[in-house]
Amino acid sequence: MSELIPALSEAEIAAIDAELSHVPVPAGAAIDALKIVQAHRGWISDESLNAIAKHLGMSAAELDGIATFYTLIFRRPVGEKVILLCNSVTCWMKGCDALQQTITEQLGIGMGETTTDNKYTLLPMTCLGACDKAPVMMVGDDLHEEITAQSLQALFSNAGSGGET
Amino acid sequence: MPVIHIDGQEYEVEAGQNILQACLSLGLDLPYFCWHPAMGSIGACRQCAVVQYLNPEDNRGRIVMGCMTPVMDGAIFSLNGDKASEFRRTIVESLMLNHPHDCPVCAEGGECHLQDMTVMVGHRDRQYRGKKNTHRNQYLGPLIHHEMNRCITCYRCTRFYNDYAGGTDLAAMAAHDHTYFGRHEEGVLQSEFAGNLVEVCPTGVFTDKSLMKGYTRKWDLQSAPSVCTGCAVGCNTLPGERYGKLKRVHNRFNAEVNGYFLCDRGRFGAAFVNSEKSLEYPGLRGEDGRFNALDHHSALMHMVHACHAEEGKNKVAGIGSPRASVEANYLLRLLVGAENFAPGFSDREQPLIELALALQQDSPALIPDIQTIESADAILILGEDLTNTAPRIALALRQSVRNKAYELAAELRLEAWQDAAIRNLAQDQRSPLFIASVADSRLDDIAEDRVALAPDDIARLGFAVAKLIGGENISELEPELQARAQAIATALQNAQRPLIISGTGCGNAAVMQAAAQIAQALCQAHNRAMLALAVPEANSLGQAMLTGPGAQSLAQLSKRAAAGKLDTLIILENDLYRRGPKASIDALLANVANVIVLDTLDNATLSASSLALPAASFAESEGTLVSMEGRAQRYYPVFVPRQERRASWIWLLAVMKESEREEVSELHSFDDITRACASDIPALSGITGAAPDAHFRNAGLKIPRQTHRYSGRTAMRADVSVHEPKQPVDEESPLAFSMEGLNRSQPGSLLPFVWAPGWNSNQSLHKFQSEVGGHLKGGTAGARLLLPATGTSASTATQPDATLAPSAPQQPGQWQMVPRYKIFGSDELSVHSPAIAELVDPGFIEISSDDARALGVNDGEGLVLNKPDNASQGELLTIAVATLEVRLNDSIAVGCAGYSVGLAGTEDIIAADKLVLSKADNWKRHKPQIIGSDGGGSTGGDHV
Ligand code: SF4
Ligand code: SF4
Ligand code: FES
Ligand code: FES
Repeated sequence: MSELIPALSEAEIAAIDAELSHVPVPAGAAIDALKIVQAHRGWISDESLNAIAKHLGMSAAELDGIATFYTLIFRRPVGEKVILLCNSVTCWMKGCDALQQTITEQLGIGMGETTTDNKYTLLPMTCLGACDKAPVMMVGDDLHEEITAQSLQALFSNAGSGGET
Repeated sequence: MPVIHIDGQEYEVEAGQNILQACLSLGLDLPYFCWHPAMGSIGACRQCAVVQYLNPEDNRGRIVMGCMTPVMDGAIFSLNGDKASEFRRTIVESLMLNHPHDCPVCAEGGECHLQDMTVMVGHRDRQYRGKKNTHRNQYLGPLIHHEMNRCITCYRCTRFYNDYAGGTDLAAMAAHDHTYFGRHEEGVLQSEFAGNLVEVCPTGVFTDKSLMKGYTRKWDLQSAPSVCTGCAVGCNTLPGERYGKLKRVHNRFNAEVNGYFLCDRGRFGAAFVNSEKSLEYPGLRGEDGRFNALDHHSALMHMVHACHAEEGKNKVAGIGSPRASVEANYLLRLLVGAENFAPGFSDREQPLIELALALQQDSPALIPDIQTIESADAILILGEDLTNTAPRIALALRQSVRNKAYELAAELRLEAWQDAAIRNLAQDQRSPLFIASVADSRLDDIAEDRVALAPDDIARLGFAVAKLIGGENISELEPELQARAQAIATALQNAQRPLIISGTGCGNAAVMQAAAQIAQALCQAHNRAMLALAVPEANSLGQAMLTGPGAQSLAQLSKRAAAGKLDTLIILENDLYRRGPKASIDALLANVANVIVLDTLDNATLSASSLALPAASFAESEGTLVSMEGRAQRYYPVFVPRQERRASWIWLLAVMKESEREEVSELHSFDDITRACASDIPALSGITGAAPDAHFRNAGLKIPRQTHRYSGRTAMRADVSVHEPKQPVDEESPLAFSMEGLNRSQPGSLLPFVWAPGWNSNQSLHKFQSEVGGHLKGGTAGARLLLPATGTSASTATQPDATLAPSAPQQPGQWQMVPRYKIFGSDELSVHSPAIAELVDPGFIEISSDDARALGVNDGEGLVLNKPDNASQGELLTIAVATLEVRLNDSIAVGCAGYSVGLAGTEDIIAADKLVLSKADNWKRHKPQIIGSDGGGSTGGDHV
């Protein structure tokens, strides 16, 4: 198999190879490979990117084009939970900007930043498909609907910057 | 031809075009960004919008993209209606949201397609008051500057770099309004064609780094039609000058040769003209061994004296040059006499080039230009590393293999310009390309099969293919090669337009003969086979045409010199130390009393001369060069030579005039020499057709080298004198060193720059074309000197007694030296361009890792190359030829070692030499000599 093992674990390679068996050309498994490595490591480092590219027989630039295209592939380290605050049309009309301000005040992080305790990373998201419940956001895997300053308060009450959840 | 209606007018248009092409061909101004005549349409930028109406009753219409809409008989469009114009205006406005207001400091300014289109759509007032996106720029190497903020996301860069040129290290990153075009990390762009980004990008994202260092706007550049001297392909160029410096080189469109693109050696290598090594004054070696500067007249008199033959006492010989013009070589040959004239090839090279010429002259196959190469639907490359020896042809082959895709598209009735659709359709289905070479190449990724073989084995494979096509049996060949030969023969036979490419690049005559035999065999069975043979230098083929076969070789001249039979040797633009082992060149020069050298840059030969004359470079003189396809092409002075530099032809003509030589009594001008050469040398009789003579006038006017906005003519010399000097007069050509004249519809060989009202960028080219993407209105530049031989009788040149049986195995412990060319480094002159110099590595030797293990060396360590001394009996004595850095390359053919041609340290190695290798003790790994080009260049210097 790949000689580039150090950058990819055996489990990761096995999972990628399983995906590879389903696609006619290796590059077709690019997104899945990125997701697999991200699931193991939380994000895609340059080393991981190079190793995946080599494993799939793609150039690093081509793979990076794919990795950076998707909001949910992280090319920088993120916290344990990623807050995806929707800022698309409906949520914008329903006041997502003010909510972002609240989050920033509570957690001490702006867009694209991670709390010092590495618990949360705040990222924007264009439409979570729950416009009827706007404004919405996701925290980790949970969708939070019709969020308000109060519900944010409750959610992150004992988070504080660097504090315990 | 379909008739379409545009804004109420009827137009006949070419079937198969799209509306954008149709409009531009009709001379109508329709703005566009992402469409490119050589790359087709993807409909990405939405700039070329027009309104299409279903029928005459439809008065609403709908917006369609011109570049994605085929012309159809009776179709009705509006180009200038409010709806279409407003749409296009808002597209530019949206592109401008994030575009910085930095035209004054942008290297694209004044020749920017985005500026032109913005003005064209009438977007003037910026309403957006928000923050603009900003990006981090990347260091992309010494050639190209990156300024991402200016991007309008048209995707032309990645479409050229990846889809067209096969690059892999540039990509579109991220999405929507933060899309980023760059590498995944900083570093030198790896494609040999990266420089085309400068012209392909419609804005100032990718610009010419060298130009930026001493910046001049396009309108202030003085330029003239020129021809690249980087290799034998003969791409047409537009060098631009200001303040006596060559500022940059742009592509000069030639539909049959380079089309829209150049390679980076050609684009960035021409700056050697500005090198500090450039000679400005004649030098005469004094008693003390030093050179004393002379004025041109005294230098001339010294030369006249040295050439004066008194009762056969003074024996004069001349060495010409495959990098000098036909005219200069012709005059030198006239001066010294044909029997005393050596063409200036190395001894190894001379028979190969003579053979390349003979094979092409005799071949019934078509000798293709690049446009024709792109039509090939099955290709065999024998022994030539085209990316490094004839780069533009490698780029063409990437288009040839797409003919399969076009076939598939035709079945679905997709037009050829439907780029995205056709690429999706074909995926990696390609027309077959087979490569047999000494090691890997940059075309391997598109090859159906590639095999690494020693040169003699490449020839045997080739002969076998020829035999198979001729219906003969090849059972002598090893079974493994038989299968390969069979596959190649079948693919070539099944093709409509098979192409065989070879050349002098692997230093083996049989390889070229095999290529010619295949082409001939195909011609006997087929109607249209093509044969292309690469030769090394810009005028190699012209030189072989000038002398004909059997000219004096360097070895023969050396013998005469050693016998004391030469008193004066005139060397024309040729550094002999690149043509043979140092010891033999030293001996040749030492055995001649007067060594007169004419050259542009200082070099070892010039330093060994007794009289040195400064020869004007290609950018300061006129001349004709004959390219590898036998196309005679003319280049013109872009600017007047500095100081005492003169074109070589002027020096040589002046010497003969001063000596009152009868032969030149009727020769007064450059055109006279061209004509005399054409009538004297039958093979060159067509060179007068390369371009019109000096009497040509365009509607009664000369053709200007300066744009109508050329500025500062008084001011630019004001530090010396406030008086504006008279503009130089050009008596030798139809071009003028002036803004006056007419630059329109003249023959393609006389195109000095492209500009049209409203079209300041290079996109204005279409105004000079008969139809967009088509030939120039005034005709294609150059005259073809090689026409396919009639009849298919086997020529002598193609018929060696081809044996297919493997030759005796090589002596164990010896390696056959095979040349490895480098686009940056193997060529003599381009390495004197500072930007190219940064990309040149130290000399190296490539061996497989098995061989390295056996020799006990690793990558980066040193190897001594020893020549077995045949004189010694019994004991193994050797002479060291070179010591080079090891590079591991497992693709190299068994028993072979590749050496970097033209790079420091490889001077004494001769192709096909069998050498003994041994580990070098005390080897210190060379640091590549890199001159930092850029503060951010942390990754730039690291090549090893
Ligand atoms: S960098 Fe230039 S060519 Fe590439 S997308 Fe941007 S504007 Fe177009
Ligand atoms: S391919 Fe040859 S002729 Fe063309 S630009 Fe490159 S070096 Fe010059
Ligand atoms: S706009 Fe926020 S969920 Fe759709
Ligand atoms: S040129 Fe037609 S959409 Fe870009």
